[in-house]
Amino acid sequence: MTRPTPETLAHTARRARAAADPTVDVDQAATRTATPAVPAVRPTAATPISGASSLVRSLEALEVDVVFGIPGGAILPAYDPLYDSTVRHILVRHEQGAGHAATGYAQATGKVGVCIATSGPGATNLVTPIADAYMDSVAMVAITGQVASPLIGTDGFQEADIQGITLPITKHNFLVQNAEEIPRVLAEAFHLASSGRPGPVLVDIPKDVLQASTTFSWPPTLDLPGYRPTLHPHGKQIREAARLMAAARRPVLYVGGGVLKAGATDGLRRLAELTGIPVVTTLMALGAFPDSHQQHLGMPGMHGTVAAVYGLQKADLIIALGARFDDRVTGKLDSFAPDAAVVHADIDPAEIGKNRHVDVPIVGDAKHVIDELITAVTAERSTGRTTDLGDWWTQLDDLRNRYPLGYDEPVDGTLSPQYVIKRLGEIVGPDAIFVAGVGQHQMWASQFISYEKPYTWLNSGGLGTMGYAVPAAMGAKVGKPDTVVWAVDGDGCFQMTNQELATCALEGIPVKIAVINNGNLGMVRQWQTLFYNERYSNTELGTHKHRIPDFVKLAEALGCVGLRCESADDVDKTIAAAMEINDAPVVIDFVVGKDAMVWPMVAAGTSNDEIMFARGVRPVFDEDDI
Amino acid sequence: MTMHTLSVLVENKPGVLARVSGLFSRRGFNIDSLAVGETENPDVSRITIVVNAESSPLEQVTKQLNKLVNVLKIVELDPQVSVARELLLVKVRADRSARSQVLETVNLFRARVVDVAPDTLTIEATGTPDKLDALLRDLEAFGIKEMVQSGLVAIGRGSRSITAGPALRAA
Repeated sequence: MTRPTPETLAHTARRARAAADPTVDVDQAATRTATPAVPAVRPTAATPISGASSLVRSLEALEVDVVFGIPGGAILPAYDPLYDSTVRHILVRHEQGAGHAATGYAQATGKVGVCIATSGPGATNLVTPIADAYMDSVAMVAITGQVASPLIGTDGFQEADIQGITLPITKHNFLVQNAEEIPRVLAEAFHLASSGRPGPVLVDIPKDVLQASTTFSWPPTLDLPGYRPTLHPHGKQIREAARLMAAARRPVLYVGGGVLKAGATDGLRRLAELTGIPVVTTLMALGAFPDSHQQHLGMPGMHGTVAAVYGLQKADLIIALGARFDDRVTGKLDSFAPDAAVVHADIDPAEIGKNRHVDVPIVGDAKHVIDELITAVTAERSTGRTTDLGDWWTQLDDLRNRYPLGYDEPVDGTLSPQYVIKRLGEIVGPDAIFVAGVGQHQMWASQFISYEKPYTWLNSGGLGTMGYAVPAAMGAKVGKPDTVVWAVDGDGCFQMTNQELATCALEGIPVKIAVINNGNLGMVRQWQTLFYNERYSNTELGTHKHRIPDFVKLAEALGCVGLRCESADDVDKTIAAAMEINDAPVVIDFVVGKDAMVWPMVAAGTSNDEIMFARGVRPVFDEDDI
Repeated sequence: MTMHTLSVLVENKPGVLARVSGLFSRRGFNIDSLAVGETENPDVSRITIVVNAESSPLEQVTKQLNKLVNVLKIVELDPQVSVARELLLVKVRADRSARSQVLETVNLFRARVVDVAPDTLTIEATGTPDKLDALLRDLEAFGIKEMVQSGLVAIGRGSRSITAGPALRAA
């Protein structure tokens, strides 16, 4: 098969243009990830330009190196100045892909991810990724074209009130009223998206505003009188937390995604090692604390480890850092950790006490909180106040040994999905970024791949968006071109967004996709097995029975390399073959058994005390020890 | 459940009311009364919201409101140390035989007649919700043809002002 090489295809059009215009430097145009030509710090005096140019100049001034989008009528004026900009535009195949790519980019790099769409359907196609970014607190800016101001409210062609639609799923949104506002609104949008608790911000710009004449100057003055995130925690609360930490006999550090967002992972490790307190990391925090660390109990929650679930459940002190007591972690809320005092540190005051009563509330950025806790705990220890956690560790170690993560080989001789994912993690190693879809494969990827470094695990945790993996992996690879990026996807998820592989092939974004193909909507099927008397209503996808679609042929049609693996013997060499290919996206169709289930499991709506280690197997807790 | 009166100071910008009211419905709160108007600073509007809630969910909704970028400040007004008023306009049946009795009720409640027709009187009254309820009960006997009530507005007693403060000056 012929496949495009990244360098030749990615910028063909741009090169053609550059050839016609001798003032454009071809090499500079081709290496987009380099520093933008307009530094953010250089002030620009007022110059007359169009609203559209003002938008693009603002993006350049904000040091945006890449945007993901699709043009259309209302946003078209912006695409003209974008044609000559230092900002690389990646033309996706569906706006949802642009949104998740912006999220993947943001989660991998820590920078703001940007997506662009036109009005109406373009904007509404961004709704799912915006909601996804909102639930997972991702710094994203979505720019949408809007019909011209006189048409707003008239049901104009491709009109949708995207500001109204996204009101409940954005941190904030703007409808730009005149072109003079553009630099300020963009600067405010980036500031809001990336500071405090990060989140998506939408900027809706009517077509006539993009076409209007205006002046551009930089930097603008932000006007956000109602926005003052609290970064530094209150000293008294920190001292109180440290006092409880020094006195607790069964403490647990409950670490959430906020620790990654704050860049607080080094501090977390110091705090954990200083205190000897067991650590659990939520689905959003995998990689914040090394999986291999002796103090790591694993992930808590519905499919968490027995030790992590039990640790929280029996704790006398929970120190929650950038976590939000989500229902998937707590199980039935009123029986969650009944004996625990709670220290809850979060940058968002509204999270504190939202679900669980809090004894010591701490509002602040996780980095500052952890740094100050280290100081305060050190002071406590210097006066001799510590407790021996030996008994606690004995209980937890016993559980870890008796109930490790594991799986049974399928009795029907089919390939085990857990084995595939485990080998993938072992062969690829801890430097790669893994991006998961949503469902069984996501849980297995969270369980059987060892995350040793921060920002190596991306997934859709809060919204649970099937179809997240391929476009998010694309965004992550664009942000981290020198890092190997693997998507671990399901056959259901993969069919929702695989069109972005065409984008990856053409734009030179060599992601690798492991499709864990069990021919079914596996997690839904698991629930049907457990809770609906094995009545498999509408979960069979036909990717096994009929091989429709044939993922290998589909991959090839999309300009990727397609590989297939159907037996355990071939797993290693198929992964190795995929690792050899670095000039094109690769899709591996791992044909796995359909009956594998995710264990342990706390059934939805039940207490964490009801955790099942495997089907029909309840862990035995030695109650006398408590 | 108890009634709480929240004074929410917001930036005077399009769409802010939708953000505030949408947040209440999204988080499962019913607004009993709502009144919006400009303050002494034309860049700042004041939304007075009366809501029936337990104190812990109310704290949650207040925190969520505070997260709205256009919200500058939220103060819960204690009924003991604040003045709260509603405005009522009511069209009452008042033919010749009943007119003098209706006027007597109007005087008793220190209300005013603002429009007269051969068989009706339109009455304006301001006061606490309790006072207006009592007035309406008395007027019901004559027959209420139409009525309209404003949301509650409220302000703290004493010389202190909730609109003072750096954030509000900046707005």
